[in-house]
Amino acid sequence: MPQFTDLLFYAFAGLTLLFGFLCVANPLSRNPVTSAMFLVLTIISMAGLFVLLHAFFLAAVQILVYAGAVMVLFLFVIMLLDLKEEDRRKLNKTAVGLGSLAVLGLAGVLVRAMLAAKPVIAAGSKPVEGSTKELGRILFESYLLPFEILSILLLVAMVGVILLSKKDLK
Amino acid sequence: METGLPHYLIVSALLFSLGLLGVIARRSLLVMYMSLELMLNAANLALVAFSRFNQNLNGQVMVFFIITVAAAEVAVGLALIVALFRKRQTSHVEDLASLKL
Repeated sequence: MPQFTDLLFYAFAGLTLLFGFLCVANPLSRNPVTSAMFLVLTIISMAGLFVLLHAFFLAAVQILVYAGAVMVLFLFVIMLLDLKEEDRRKLNKTAVGLGSLAVLGLAGVLVRAMLAAKPVIAAGSKPVEGSTKELGRILFESYLLPFEILSILLLVAMVGVILLSKKDLK
Repeated sequence: METGLPHYLIVSALLFSLGLLGVIARRSLLVMYMSLELMLNAANLALVAFSRFNQNLNGQVMVFFIITVAAAEVAVGLALIVALFRKRQTSHVEDLASLKL
């Protein structure tokens, strides 16, 4: 008798893979907006997987930052660039076929490796909960310096983007 | 069968392969960039699964950092794509084959 969480895992995993496939290789539409929408759905299903792994804070961040901020940025740029000719282009059939073959091979190798590996599971101690409190403590105690460096990285990215978006780079 | 670490790792591997397929098969810069995000997310899923099943929160902190860096990276990358589009009026990789603008 499978447990309810197992059923949820299969549901979310299936949805993640289905939406991921529709994002990269939608047979009905090659419109970037469709891809972006399916990427949002993929990310939301993945947040469900994060909840099943008890990473509650990361699930919230995944939806807020990825599905919220990053994908809105993507959609802004798609709307900004007027991309109409993508649909009319012919696909290079040989390239797509060979690429799919290579990717299929890689997927086979990866899955075989995952199945063959016997990962060591730490025994004993209590299972971790990715709650905000626990994660905040470890973030501000052990990872304080990387955290501060990250804030500088965000500042650098912000300045860089403003510079790149100027009309004439002078 | 109870879901364990291998289940999550297989989903992660398949998702990574899907992202790679997108980068190889699609020719629009924006869709290729989205596929890159998909690959990044697959890595995140593997890290969270390892973190859960090894009872160690460091993996989740790593994912937190990855999400932040990815947000910065998306902003810069999209700004580059917009700058490129302004210069060449296309975001199709086959039209962007020359080194000199």
